[in-house]
Amino acid sequence: MSEDHQTLALVLFSAFVAVTLAITTWASRKRHGTAEEFYAGGRLFTPMENGFAIAGDYMSAASFLGIAGLIALYGYDGLLYSVGFLVAWLVVLFLVAELVRNCGRFTLADVVAARMRERPVRIAAGTSSVTVSVLYLVAQMVGAGSLVALLLGGTSGAAQSWTVVGVGALMVVYVSLGGMRATTWIQIVKAVLLMGGAIALTVLVLVRFHGDFNQLLSTAAERSGHGEKFLGPGLKYGGSWTARLDFISLGLALVLGTAGLPHILSRFYTVPTARAARRSVVWSIGLIGTFYLMTVVLGFGAAAIVGSAEVRRSNPAGNTAVSLLSLDLGGGADSTGGTILFAIVAAVAFATILAVVAGITLASSASVAHDLYASLRGRGKPVASGRPVGAGRPVEPERTVESVEEPGQSVEPESVEPDQFVGPGQSVEPEQSVEPVERQVKPRSEVAVARVAAVGIGAVAIGLGLLARDLNVAFLVGLAFAVAASANLPVLLYSLFWRGFTTRGAVWSVYGGLVPALVLVGLSPVVSGSPAAIFPGVDFQVFPLRNPGLVSIPLGFLAGWIGTVTSGESADEARHAETEVRSLTGAGAV
Amino acid sequence: MDKREDPDAGKVRLSGPGELDDPWQDALASGWAGWEAAGEPAPPVPHARGTAQDGPGEPAVSAADIYLEVQRSPAFQEVRRRYRRFVVPACIAFFTWYVAYVVVATTAPELMARPVAGSVNVALLAGLGQFLSTFLLTWAYARHARLRRDRAALELRWDTQELTRGVER
Repeated sequence: MSEDHQTLALVLFSAFVAVTLAITTWASRKRHGTAEEFYAGGRLFTPMENGFAIAGDYMSAASFLGIAGLIALYGYDGLLYSVGFLVAWLVVLFLVAELVRNCGRFTLADVVAARMRERPVRIAAGTSSVTVSVLYLVAQMVGAGSLVALLLGGTSGAAQSWTVVGVGALMVVYVSLGGMRATTWIQIVKAVLLMGGAIALTVLVLVRFHGDFNQLLSTAAERSGHGEKFLGPGLKYGGSWTARLDFISLGLALVLGTAGLPHILSRFYTVPTARAARRSVVWSIGLIGTFYLMTVVLGFGAAAIVGSAEVRRSNPAGNTAVSLLSLDLGGGADSTGGTILFAIVAAVAFATILAVVAGITLASSASVAHDLYASLRGRGKPVASGRPVGAGRPVEPERTVESVEEPGQSVEPESVEPDQFVGPGQSVEPEQSVEPVERQVKPRSEVAVARVAAVGIGAVAIGLGLLARDLNVAFLVGLAFAVAASANLPVLLYSLFWRGFTTRGAVWSVYGGLVPALVLVGLSPVVSGSPAAIFPGVDFQVFPLRNPGLVSIPLGFLAGWIGTVTSGESADEARHAETEVRSLTGAGAV
Repeated sequence: MDKREDPDAGKVRLSGPGELDDPWQDALASGWAGWEAAGEPAPPVPHARGTAQDGPGEPAVSAADIYLEVQRSPAFQEVRRRYRRFVVPACIAFFTWYVAYVVVATTAPELMARPVAGSVNVALLAGLGQFLSTFLLTWAYARHARLRRDRAALELRWDTQELTRGVER
């Protein structure tokens, strides 16, 4: 890569950073410091804006560079991978988006806690949400580091480390200063850039083949070195039965995990109603589907134009396929067009990583502050038990902790944040006509905790990103999906749809999915017992699959069922009625 | 919204036929406007409290009772039935279709590699079919929800909120 490429790419990337920082400044000037504002951007985004933001949150650099690269190297098997990422959105659309928007406030735990005993459920759901986020985050951070090395030719460890630190610092600034409003706008800008870049390259590829898709395919098959086999499944996930089962496991995790990703769930709270949440998902399915269709063209285009051998020579995982393709499409490595296109691809990839990382950081800081911190502070007293069923408003016992810890706080009017918006027919009622004994945590202080949590999560992600710099962390994204599908989805679906679900069932289903998923990965060839493992020297591998989903997802559902049928208490019928009525009608939604 | 001042708060609200009384209905913001434009709204469902036993100034016992009552009302049962009658078959269909696709692709690659036309083979058609079915189901769901559920759900929402307003929590 010549100097020109790097300079132009850096200029474009700096421009993106400048724009996003300007957005953050603007968003933080308008903020009021309320929880509504910080976690949900005031809930006033339109469905189209939120649809772009969801797409921006979801399409990581792994999708843009990774899937196109997989297709360039292995042909059809790369496409197989992308199908799971798209079909997953039907689960989100049908079962999750609207109901979660109606029942919750900021996080996944809100939905479950509405009909269960608050503390254990919040701690469980908060823990699994943070786990998923950290896994995903580390994968993105390491990806950012290696991307710099790949695209800018800086193979030195220093460049990689500084990228990880820089990305981490930027994401902390975005999230802690700008909250959800800034993060959302960054996602939107990124989604537009990514779609624009993908459309431009796709058009150029199709023009190169005069719009003849058939010829594109046959040329790709020819130049891949695999012939016709390139266009059918089996090049990557064929082979042994273990490999095939492994892919089925990954496919399950992808399709069921999306609906349990905390940073996706939190996006539904940024729109005013469930209808708007549904329309956001429709928008995002349109965008994501179009995007993956374009990656198919780009992947086969890279195989046809650049050639699989050349792609593999540049990067064995195929991550440089799109940038090599862009060089060629622009007119070659030494041409102005090639330089510009290459720089655009590099800048879009950076933008993608920054935006995704910011979204995850925000979601996990919400889990830490809203679920874990609030519940753990309330230690010593079953915070929510005995609380009457809330009327027309989600229960908010996260604020009802004991006063001992902060004597300065009292039930004062300004601790009642006025709603950013009150729907027609929704009366403006003070939220705190509750037991006078319990004092309230100010929402403001919860937001302060969330900001600090964002800094802490940023530090952890930077640290782990630096430690894992030289490891192959590609499996982490699949693992994050598997944990989300095993620990978050069962509890969410049971809470929404199962009348008899109990607190014990909820807690068991979270841990019953989370623990097996993590343990199975620990015992898998990813960690030990194979040359590509994290610890190649030792061998405690027992479980043959790299992705635990096939086993851990059914376990999560099973644990929730066993926990429920063995628990002494029976489900609270009234609170189930409340959840069901609210989830389907939106009564009392914030 | 006039009904907030409505003295007969406990009673069922009448609303005009036709469009949804949704303040967030935003033509510009509605995705897939072309798709969503067509179609007639479904017939209305009965109200949550068709008989409205509780007159004004005679609040129900507690919010819990209200939610239980709404849950048992024919109006709510109808909304829930409409939701489930679409979602359950649709979920079974797409999930089976996806799992079948993945299993066949991994276990019977030679079947998938059978050519159909030119370089296009069964696998490619099946993959594009997954994209297509996802888009179609998305459209069908959005249309079904808009025409058959939204209006009734919104009325239930206002009714329930009217009932729970002022009730001791």
